[in-house]
Amino acid sequence: MAIGWYLVVSALIFCIGAGGVLARRNPLVILLCLELMLNGANLALVAFARMWGTETGQVFALIVMVVAAAEVTVGLGLIVAIYRRRMPIDVDELSELHG
Amino acid sequence: MTPVLFFIAAIGAISGAIGVVTLRNPFYSVLCLAFHLVSLAALFLLLRAEFVAAGQVVVYAGAVMVLYVFVVAYVGGGEQLPSGGVLKVLGPLFALALAIELCIAMLGSGLAGIKGKGAPFIPGFGTPKHIGALFLTTYLFPFEAASILLLIAAVGAVVLARRRRGLERDEEAELRVRAPRPAYTGTMAEAAGIRPAAHEQEPQPEVEPVGGPAHSPGGW
Amino acid sequence: MPTTYAWLVLLCPLVGTVVIGLLFRILPGRAPGWIATLAIALSFVFSVLTLIALLNRSPAHRELTSTLWNYNFTAGVDARLQILVDPLSVFMILVVSGVSTLIHLYSVSYMWQDRGYSRYFSYLNYFVFSMLLLVLAGNFVLLIVGWAFVGAASYLLISFWYRRTTATRAGLKAFVINVVGDVGLVIGTFLLFKHTGTVDFLRTFHEVRHVFAYDSPDLVAACLLLGVGAFAKSAQVPLHTWLPDAMEGPTPVSALIHAATMVTAGVYLIARMHPLFEHAPTAADVTAIGGCLTLLIAGTIALVMVDIKRVIAYSTMSQIGYMIMAVSVGAYSAGLFHLMTHAFFKAGLFMGAGSIIGAMAGVQSLDRMSGFRRALPFTFVCFLVSGLALSGLPPFSGWLSKDDILGYLDHRGGGFEILGIAGYVGALLTGVYTFRMIFRAFYGEPCPEARELEHGHLAHADVPRNPMTGEEEDTDIGFPGPGHYIAEREWPMRVAMGALALLTVVGGAVQIPGVDDAVTRFLDPTFADSRLAHLQVHSGPAWIGLVVGGLIAVVGIGIAYRIWIVAPGTATALRERFAAAYTFLVNKWYFDELIDFAVVRPALWLGGFTTSVLEPGVISGAVTSGTIGIVRAGSAAVRRAQTGFVRYYAAAMIVCLSGVALYFLISS
Repeated sequence: MAIGWYLVVSALIFCIGAGGVLARRNPLVILLCLELMLNGANLALVAFARMWGTETGQVFALIVMVVAAAEVTVGLGLIVAIYRRRMPIDVDELSELHG
Repeated sequence: MTPVLFFIAAIGAISGAIGVVTLRNPFYSVLCLAFHLVSLAALFLLLRAEFVAAGQVVVYAGAVMVLYVFVVAYVGGGEQLPSGGVLKVLGPLFALALAIELCIAMLGSGLAGIKGKGAPFIPGFGTPKHIGALFLTTYLFPFEAASILLLIAAVGAVVLARRRRGLERDEEAELRVRAPRPAYTGTMAEAAGIRPAAHEQEPQPEVEPVGGPAHSPGGW
Repeated sequence: MPTTYAWLVLLCPLVGTVVIGLLFRILPGRAPGWIATLAIALSFVFSVLTLIALLNRSPAHRELTSTLWNYNFTAGVDARLQILVDPLSVFMILVVSGVSTLIHLYSVSYMWQDRGYSRYFSYLNYFVFSMLLLVLAGNFVLLIVGWAFVGAASYLLISFWYRRTTATRAGLKAFVINVVGDVGLVIGTFLLFKHTGTVDFLRTFHEVRHVFAYDSPDLVAACLLLGVGAFAKSAQVPLHTWLPDAMEGPTPVSALIHAATMVTAGVYLIARMHPLFEHAPTAADVTAIGGCLTLLIAGTIALVMVDIKRVIAYSTMSQIGYMIMAVSVGAYSAGLFHLMTHAFFKAGLFMGAGSIIGAMAGVQSLDRMSGFRRALPFTFVCFLVSGLALSGLPPFSGWLSKDDILGYLDHRGGGFEILGIAGYVGALLTGVYTFRMIFRAFYGEPCPEARELEHGHLAHADVPRNPMTGEEEDTDIGFPGPGHYIAEREWPMRVAMGALALLTVVGGAVQIPGVDDAVTRFLDPTFADSRLAHLQVHSGPAWIGLVVGGLIAVVGIGIAYRIWIVAPGTATALRERFAAAYTFLVNKWYFDELIDFAVVRPALWLGGFTTSVLEPGVISGAVTSGTIGIVRAGSAAVRRAQTGFVRYYAAAMIVCLSGVALYFLISS
């Protein structure tokens, strides 16, 4: 398959993830959609690695996975802490950091 | 053969993505994401990225998703949240616009390599041996930085989610009703906090903290 | 060699100021006074040495400059720390340092027991330094520096008794009017610099004929502005109102600053700038007329003043008018000769007045003084000698110098004849008011203080009072001390007054027409480039002028004798008959009121307006609050983007990202 196909799929996954981030109110689901976006980027990276014949893209994709894991850890930790404080699990309610 | 596999994997990935975004129950969203990740691993294999695919399944679908499952189980998140206002409609629209834009950008950009199937076959391309060699030579610094990042994330998660004993008193204090006193009234002892004011001692037996007995050690 | 001595002349008073200023706490008794007197005496010695060194050179080589530091590279203006040693400056430093030495000597005993003794001598030395700097300056910049210093010294010394409201107000008035003069001086300098490109004196004088046309408006404007400076410093009409008020300072200060030296700075300025004034005769005519008017106005006011020091102050103003007139029309040596003799007899008059005021325990009013002839014999003799010289009676120096000027004016003819006649009228007035003072203070029935003094007891006031307003004071710091001194009892005062009286008598001998003209010959190198200075009066007409002058002096003294000695009630009768004129003169021709109305009130109004309207409305309101308001509004508008809703932030990010990508897509 031509590399272009993979890139289109990657774009679609990315945009679906972005739409999910904007449309959902549950922070857990927002984090899941964030994962989708990262995965879309990963796919693009690996596709380009294949295109150029170097493994740099794959290395980059692995690092992205590491970062995603770390971010998920912290994000879920936040959600647990919020839950423990008995605050509503709704991003529209958690809006105290405003100007 | 390759196109068939490609289309199966791609459709699987995209449908998994749509499922994550649209399903109401967060648990179902997590399951959809797991499916999506496995499809993506298949796509990686098609792109000759064996190690990345393996990593995807083991780390992402294996560890991260398990983490999500635990948290969803703890938090629940089963309440139906009312619709999110104007962004419920606008959000997908923005995303659609971005998708169209990206496609136009990629396909209309005239990049030479997109039309082709990629570089000629290099034996060992994408194997752990090559990736490992890269990690330990050219990309040593990102490798080490990533490990430090993981350490920080772990510490952060522990700090965020631990139970702190001092907090219980704050929660109790918030729940007690505090009637404001006029200025310059009250005794010095009350001001210093040695002896609580007379009116503040009553509510304690009436109001119970919502989360049950607070001082039980361990367990959550 | 002469320039080295000149630098030493400048150095001595400066060292005196600094030493007294820094060490005053440890200097015992009258040491500050003696140190100061010694410093100025040394300065005088060096001035004499400068004179001798200068005379050793041939007349053509008597214009010397000496530079200590060159400021050139800092501003592109050829300003240097440079002195000009030529006959004019040597003449001036001799007069200044000589008279200053005697006044310092006088002050050693006069100011004793004043709590500010050391401060006084430090200031006085600083003043002498400034004046010497002014006359030795070799370029406009240093002249302006000296000019400003002298103004500052004058302010410090006039408000010396700083707890007296009248004194501080007088000091401020003097300073403000001096500043007006400073402004004129600086702008005049700038105008000259703009055209000639140099601030150096010798170069300017050389360039002026090439750069400016004869009587060109620019040069006239520059000279008039310099004239404003001269008039402010020399207390000529209309910038004269500060001088009578400056009598609030101690009497030796009045003697030094407001008789002998500072007020002559204007005369020196015009004499120094003679190439400019000769090339712009319009300006010279204006200053001459100004001097003439001052002469007459001051003379008339002096007739009715009651405070003895103010009579002498107006007399100074009048005599300076003579000098200004002289140097404006070209009688340079005559004017400077009169400057010298005037320094002698005016300082002598002030010293005598100080002695009488000491005998009167601080009272200065002529109404209260009388009959001190027997009680203060030495003072009487010195005062009389100085008064005779002032009136222009032969053979005293004042006669020779004043009539030198008037003779020159007659000789030049034309419009200057009128100035000459005005000068003779002024001489008549001079005789009248001088002897009014003498007859009232020394003749007649002795007043109580005089009678006490005849019995050997110096009067003391029970409660010290301000002589002008009668307010009670104490003798602590900031007010005059408890001691009152008269010449008869203090030898420093006697030595100083005696020396001045002697100089008054014999000082004229250097310029007797037909016999010798030492002053003219000495000053010749400076005025060699002047067309007017060489219009020398022949001895025949000069002697006629002298005789006329002498006769007028005798007539003036005779009138005073008639009014105040022969028929004592005449003065009161005259006052009642000419009541309107009397009121006009007593109010000093209403100059103070005029200046108050025209200048002071608008300035105060402007200040009030700025404070109450401009400051809160425009500056605090529009500028400050306006800017604050704009910034606040702007930030409030921007702040609304920070809603706190994460999803909106994400939406904004995505939209902007798409926008950027679109831009690059379209532009590629």
